[in-house]
Amino acid sequence: MPPDRLFVRVLRAGFGAALITALILPLIPLGIWSVAHGWRFPALLPQGWTWAAWEYAMSPTAGVLRSLALTVWIAVCVTVLSVLIGLPAGRALGLGRFRGKGLVQVILLAPLIVPGIAVGLGLQGLFTGLGLTQTVTGVVLVHLIPTLPYVVLVLAGVFANYDTGFEDQARSLGASPWQVLWHVTLPAVRAGLIVAALFGFLVSWGQYLLTLLIGGGRVLTMPLLLFNFAGAGRNDITGAIGVIYILPGVLVLILTARLVTGIGDSGRGAGMVGRL
Amino acid sequence: MTTLAVQGLSLTYPGAVRPALAGLTLDVPAGSLTALLGPSGCGKTTALRIIAGLLTPDAGDVRLAGASINALPPEARGVVMVFQNPLLFAHLNVADNIGFGLRMRHLPKAQVAARVAQMLEMVQLPGLGARKPGALSGGQAQRVALARALILQPKVLLLDEPLSSLDAQLRAEMRSLIRGLQRKLRITTVFVTHDQEEAVVLADRIGLLLDGQLCQYDAPQMLYQRPATMAVARFFGGRNFVPGQAAGGVFDSALGPLTLPPGMRQGPGVLTIRPEAVAIGHAAVNGRTAIVTDCAFLGTQTRLMLTVGDIALEALVSPGMAQGITVGQTLPVHLPPDALWVMPG
Repeated sequence: MPPDRLFVRVLRAGFGAALITALILPLIPLGIWSVAHGWRFPALLPQGWTWAAWEYAMSPTAGVLRSLALTVWIAVCVTVLSVLIGLPAGRALGLGRFRGKGLVQVILLAPLIVPGIAVGLGLQGLFTGLGLTQTVTGVVLVHLIPTLPYVVLVLAGVFANYDTGFEDQARSLGASPWQVLWHVTLPAVRAGLIVAALFGFLVSWGQYLLTLLIGGGRVLTMPLLLFNFAGAGRNDITGAIGVIYILPGVLVLILTARLVTGIGDSGRGAGMVGRL
Repeated sequence: MTTLAVQGLSLTYPGAVRPALAGLTLDVPAGSLTALLGPSGCGKTTALRIIAGLLTPDAGDVRLAGASINALPPEARGVVMVFQNPLLFAHLNVADNIGFGLRMRHLPKAQVAARVAQMLEMVQLPGLGARKPGALSGGQAQRVALARALILQPKVLLLDEPLSSLDAQLRAEMRSLIRGLQRKLRITTVFVTHDQEEAVVLADRIGLLLDGQLCQYDAPQMLYQRPATMAVARFFGGRNFVPGQAAGGVFDSALGPLTLPPGMRQGPGVLTIRPEAVAIGHAAVNGRTAIVTDCAFLGTQTRLMLTVGDIALEALVSPGMAQGITVGQTLPVHLPPDALWVMPG
C-alpha cells in the first residue's frame, strides 16, 4: 500500500474513532447509572448493582411508559403533518421558479435561526386564546415549527433533481392524478421522503422547550419527564429513563438506515442520535 | 383506426413574445404515420403535448374521429405519448413498466402478464421482463417505452423524437421496428423529429413546421420536388432559385426562356430545380452553356458550382460524370422540364 493511502486510512480510522467516542461514550454512564447502587466520585465502577431504578421506571406510578406512548404519538402526528405539508411545499420550492422564492425559503428557515423561546413565548399567548395550551393538539402544532424547515428543505432538495416528465408519461399512459401520485411520484421520492420523515420524527422527539411552554407541564413527554428526574437529583432513575428515551430514536434510525442508502453508515447515524 | 384532426392550434407561452404555435391545422388520415419535421424551437413538441393533453392551447381544437377531445384530461384521451427520454419508472421492472397502463385500468393480473409477454416478443425483448430499467441499454429502454405505449392499443400514438438519444446504427434498427409495428398495428401515429432523413424514411406524410407554422403537409417526395415555398425548398436542400415570370408553359428569367412541365402556376414566381436534377450534356429543350466555378468531391457525389449568364446554379452529379471537369471550363448543362418547379416569389 502506498504511504499516502495508508496515511488517509489511518486518518479516517482516527476520526471515526474520535467521533464514535465523543458521541457514544457519554451515553455509557447513563446505562451504568440506571443499574448502580451507589456510585461516588473517585470510584471507577459503582459500589453495587440493582434493578431498583428500572423497576420504578417500569411501574405505573412513574408514568414513564405512559409518557413514552404520548411522546411517540406526538412525534408520529408531527411527522405525518410535516410530510403532508412538506411534500407540496418542497415540490414547489424544488421545481418551481416563482417570484419571491428566496423570501419563502428564508421564512421557512427562520425557525432554525430564531430562538425557540422567543417563538414559544409569542405563541403561548396566541394558543391560550385559542384554548390550545396544555393540549396534545397544541403541542403537535407547535412542534411543526422546528420540524417543518428540515422536512421542507430535505424534500425541496429531492424535488430539485426530480423529472416531472415521469408524471406526464404516467398521465399519458392513462393514470389519474391520484394514481400518478401513488404509483409514480411517491416511489420516486421515497428515499428522500423517509429521510424527511426521520428528521421530523427525531426533531419532534427531542423538543423540550416548546413542549414545556405550550403543554404547560400537562403534556408530559419524555424530555420533560427526564428533566424532572434529573432536576430531582435521581441519577439512577434519570439513567433508566434516559436509556428508554434513546431507544426509539436508535430503533427508527436502524429501521430506516437500511432503506435509505447513504444514511446507512454508522458515522451519520450516530451523529443524528447525538443531536438529541 | 382513428383519424386525428388538429384545427387552428395556437399557443404562446407565458412571457414569450412569439407564439410557439400559430394556427396549426393538420388532418392525419387513420392508420397513417405523419412526421412533424422542423428545427428545435419550431413548436413541434408543443403541438404533440397539446394533442396528448399535457398542454392547453390558447385556441384551437383536437378531434379524434370527428369528436373533440379538447376538454378531456390526458388519461382519458386514448392518445399515448412516447418521449425523447424513455422515462421508465425506476422502481418497476421491465414487465411492470410495460403493464403500467393496463394496471392503471385495473385489468386482472393474469391478463396483464399475458399481454406484457406478447409485447416483449413484439419489440424483440423476450425474457427481459424481470430486468430493472437501470440494467437496460439505451435501445432496449426505448423499446420498452414503445411497448409500454403500444400495449394500450392507443387510438393515436405520439412519438417525440424517440430516436434522438440513440447512436446511428441503433437508430436505423429502431426506425424499421417502429415502421414495421406501425404498419402492422395500423395505429394513427404522429412522429416529431428534426431529422429530415428520419422523417422521409418513416413517414407517409411530412408536415414541415417553421416558426410555429405549418409550411407544407405532403408526401415526402412532394416536399423535395414540389415545395410550397422557398423556405420549404431551402429546408430540404434546395439551392437553385431563379426569379422570373411564368406564362403559357414558358418561364422567362435571366436564364432565358425555359420550357415548363404542364400545370405550372402562372405569373411572377421563383423557379427551382434540385441540384441532383441538373444534368450535364447537350439537350434539345432547356439546354444551356455553363462555366464551372468550383468542383468539390463529396464522397458519393460531386458538387459543381456553375454560372449560366449571371445566375449561379449548383449541381450534384455522380463522381464518374464529373471526371475530368476542371474549374473555369465551359460545360453544356440540361435543365429537364419535368424537374422544374415554380413557387410563389
